[in-house]
Amino acid sequence: MIRQDFSRIESKRKNVAHRQKQFLTPQYAPLTYSTRLNFYTLPPTADITLEQFEQWAIDRLRVLAELEACSFRNKSPAETAAHMKPLLDKYLPLSGSSSGSGKLQEERMKDHYSHFILRLAFASTEDSRRRFSRVESMLFRLRFLDNDVKERQAFVEGLNLEWEVVGEEEKGRWSEELRAAAGGFLKGERFEGESWFKVDWERVPELVEGRRVFLRAGKAYVPGREQMSMVVAEFTGRLDKALEMTSRALPRLDEDDRLTPILAHLSNNFTTPDASYSSSTTALPGADISARNIDTLSSSFPLCMQNLHRSLRRDAHLKHYGRLQYTLFLKGIGLNLEECLVFWRTAFSKITDDTFNKEYRYNVRHAYGDVGGDSNRRGNGYSPFSCQKILTEHPPGPGESHGCPYRHFSTENLTALLQAVGVKDSEVLRGVKEDKEKMKFHLACNRVFEYAHKQEIKKVKEDGTWGAAQLETIVHPNEYFKRSYLLKNLGKTPAGTEAEGEKGDVKMEG
Amino acid sequence: MPHSVSPEQPASPDQVANIEEPKTDNVETQESEGTAVADNLGPIGESQTSYDQDMTMTDAGAAGEKPLVKVETTAEVKLEDLFADMDSDEEFPSSTGQGVKISSSPEAPASPVHIGPTSNASDPEVMRSFYQRLFPWRYLFQWLNHSPTPSTDFGHREFAFTLQNDAYLRYQSFPTHDLLRKDVLRLMPSRFEIGPVYSTNPRDRKTLRKSTAFKPIAKELCFDIDLTDYDDIRTCCDKANICNKCWQFITMAIKVIDVALRDDFGFKHIMWVYSGRRGAHAWVCDKKARQMDDQKRRALAGYLEVIKGGAQGGKRVNIKRPLHPHVARSLDILKSHFQTDILHDQDPWETDEKFDRLLQLLPDKTLNEALRKKWNSAPGRASTAKWTDIDALAKSGMSKSLDAKALLDAKQDIVLEYTYPRLDIEVSKHLNHLLKSPFVVHPGTGRVCVPINTKHCEDFDPLSVPTVTDLLREIDEWTAPEEENDGKAIQDWEKTSLKPYVEYFRSFVLGIMKDEKDVKIKREREENGDVMEF
Repeated sequence: MIRQDFSRIESKRKNVAHRQKQFLTPQYAPLTYSTRLNFYTLPPTADITLEQFEQWAIDRLRVLAELEACSFRNKSPAETAAHMKPLLDKYLPLSGSSSGSGKLQEERMKDHYSHFILRLAFASTEDSRRRFSRVESMLFRLRFLDNDVKERQAFVEGLNLEWEVVGEEEKGRWSEELRAAAGGFLKGERFEGESWFKVDWERVPELVEGRRVFLRAGKAYVPGREQMSMVVAEFTGRLDKALEMTSRALPRLDEDDRLTPILAHLSNNFTTPDASYSSSTTALPGADISARNIDTLSSSFPLCMQNLHRSLRRDAHLKHYGRLQYTLFLKGIGLNLEECLVFWRTAFSKITDDTFNKEYRYNVRHAYGDVGGDSNRRGNGYSPFSCQKILTEHPPGPGESHGCPYRHFSTENLTALLQAVGVKDSEVLRGVKEDKEKMKFHLACNRVFEYAHKQEIKKVKEDGTWGAAQLETIVHPNEYFKRSYLLKNLGKTPAGTEAEGEKGDVKMEG
Repeated sequence: MPHSVSPEQPASPDQVANIEEPKTDNVETQESEGTAVADNLGPIGESQTSYDQDMTMTDAGAAGEKPLVKVETTAEVKLEDLFADMDSDEEFPSSTGQGVKISSSPEAPASPVHIGPTSNASDPEVMRSFYQRLFPWRYLFQWLNHSPTPSTDFGHREFAFTLQNDAYLRYQSFPTHDLLRKDVLRLMPSRFEIGPVYSTNPRDRKTLRKSTAFKPIAKELCFDIDLTDYDDIRTCCDKANICNKCWQFITMAIKVIDVALRDDFGFKHIMWVYSGRRGAHAWVCDKKARQMDDQKRRALAGYLEVIKGGAQGGKRVNIKRPLHPHVARSLDILKSHFQTDILHDQDPWETDEKFDRLLQLLPDKTLNEALRKKWNSAPGRASTAKWTDIDALAKSGMSKSLDAKALLDAKQDIVLEYTYPRLDIEVSKHLNHLLKSPFVVHPGTGRVCVPINTKHCEDFDPLSVPTVTDLLREIDEWTAPEEENDGKAIQDWEKTSLKPYVEYFRSFVLGIMKDEKDVKIKREREENGDVMEF
């Protein structure tokens, strides 16, 4: 009855009611989480406290940072899963529906909310968006894998992805090809039992890249067990789009000063170990870093850079990526732009000044941020490549010398190179070979480092001058150089600094 | 535009006398007039009235030749001239009749081209004639625009010029081909490259408030194959040199990549272009291909990449078994090439040092020792014989531990290593990579970057591709055929050996435009259908 009365009020009042409605707190249907996994399509709507806001986000961030570190260390999926398990249980537990845990909804809520908080924190720049989407996809993949089969199936069906099932007739027609593309796992009955989906190839780029699916007229024939890659691709795709939307909405986030500082704090604290690598942390007081001294210093370079240096000295030339990788490394060890140009000019001894100026000078300057677009100049050019980057991007092609020798050389060539730079101990060489076979390129490099600096490391350990932090695994060529240089100049460093100081004084007077 | 007076018309003394006066009025000003007209008259479609008209005008032009001496008649003639221009392709000036104005060009009473044996491709005058008279601007425009009416597909497309002094000029863009042509003639680049279509006009990129608003959104999927990447296995030439023997590497590459793009990925509009010296480019122009982002390009490139690693990497082909259908098919295509082009023509393992490389790739140590012994005792044994030796010795059962499967796999890998296309994969991976335009002239060789017809790619001979000087001479040597042609003005490219290439390009471009038009009509229909439902 009362309701009816309300609806019968005069038009003027009605208008007011409408306006009131605008400022009413919205009422949402409470979210229930029926599945363990979440595609994060709906934003959270309930209230949480500020403490929860911050704490949940930090917890998730811990997990993501560790996950990213795993990928930098080149851990295999199985190792990553094992490494992450305790962390996930501690910070971001998420039990399966069948586990009967009483905290199911709470866990899922925290997962859901923390995801959206971090979206806000990372949507602002393209770089952080990309990183966030990458690690979130990794997390999703990890969870997808340890889901039980039934739940996984239910989740995928709930997504309503448009996948066309390949009929028996078509399957028979391409049976040879399907079998071959599936990599020989599907023999006899298993092939008969397998179901195949047909999708646009663009939806499964990873599978196409690895030639793990049969392609025909733009359609990829995906075996059922490769479902994951499709689901993950879908997840990443949607997340990327959503992040883009968030970033556009961000300026309109009409917010007091409660959330913004938290968000800023969150995004600042999530820096990559290698991205944060700046020249300030690598500065070596007292070191003579100049063009003419590179030959001497090169004994402290990691193998990848020594290889580049040797190729350069041998051919008086390096191809593009070789130049880039080496230039940035030299920049990282503190060689300034002028010296760097001198270095390359003298190294490319077979070409004329004119050719050098035309074809090479610009690239070196660009790498230092001396020329180029606004953002390049402001960011002081590119940062030196980390091992991660060298290992995963741009494998060397014919005639190129960049990359990581531990990864990109055959075992014989690697051994020959190591012997040429003075690593002759057969045990070390065998160790390197094993590391290489297990794809532990970092370990191989660190093994060689430890061998080359055996005495010094022993000394600093005994003295206690170097803590564990200073001796942890090297994951950056510049870190390799820095540590090697410091170790080799253990006794001299302070004296060197003084000498440098004096020189500086003299200069001042002059 | 130095239209030439057709050779059979003897240059009249009047014309020669006429030279003095408009000397300053040379190419550039005429050029601007030409384009201004095109702008003023709006849609060019109008001008395609009939060829009869054209005929009369051409006649008029020819008739008007003599009165030209008098200055007051020039205006009249000019008008006709302009109409004639509109009818015959503006960018392919015909030398019949309408060359009135041009006869004023000082050194060119009979023909303005003047290609002596001494002139070469880098001569600016040669390049100017080429861009003016032979370059298929209209088809280039239609190719990139995907429709006859100018759109942002062309207008927001980046062009980059390499100038004569080697300066590199990026982010050029043009609303139509007339303006592109005009700028090319003004700057006379030794070559120019084509980049992506951007979200906004590349020329406005600095005026945007947000730098993110300027980003590449579409470009053809490109492939670049260069013979220098084959230097470690080709024995006939090296560096920039090529011959028909090593060109076979490119032929093989085209066959393998083309079929994969068509059958596996379903692309239809694929054009292969000779890069002018020692390689070939592919342009995949399907709408779907153009709109792929970097991730998809990378995936596709990865799918096609079989040979990995540098010279230091040891064995460079490591593919899993069973062979993926794409690899199996490629192997089928490449097998016969391996026998003839590699084993016989290249003879890669002839000498002692070289067959070491072959032995490195074979798995069985005992077998290798036996082979080494055999080959050492017969120096200079041909590669074909060595290749059969492997199986012969393996069958003799001298190695107990021999794994026949592993040997077969290794042999397949070797075939692939010596024949499978070596792509410069970075070109294909990125949306914003620039690639040299088709039909430009390679500054080093003077050869035109002509399209390669994949149906006859085996017959393509890079050494017989016309050079720019050949072409200009052919224009001069051309005489009108005896039989009456139907009044259609003959364009300069039709007089030269560039003709089949331009015709191929034209039919290729028509194919794209037809497909895109169909899509548009379909979409409109669908939209209308929606409206009906409302």
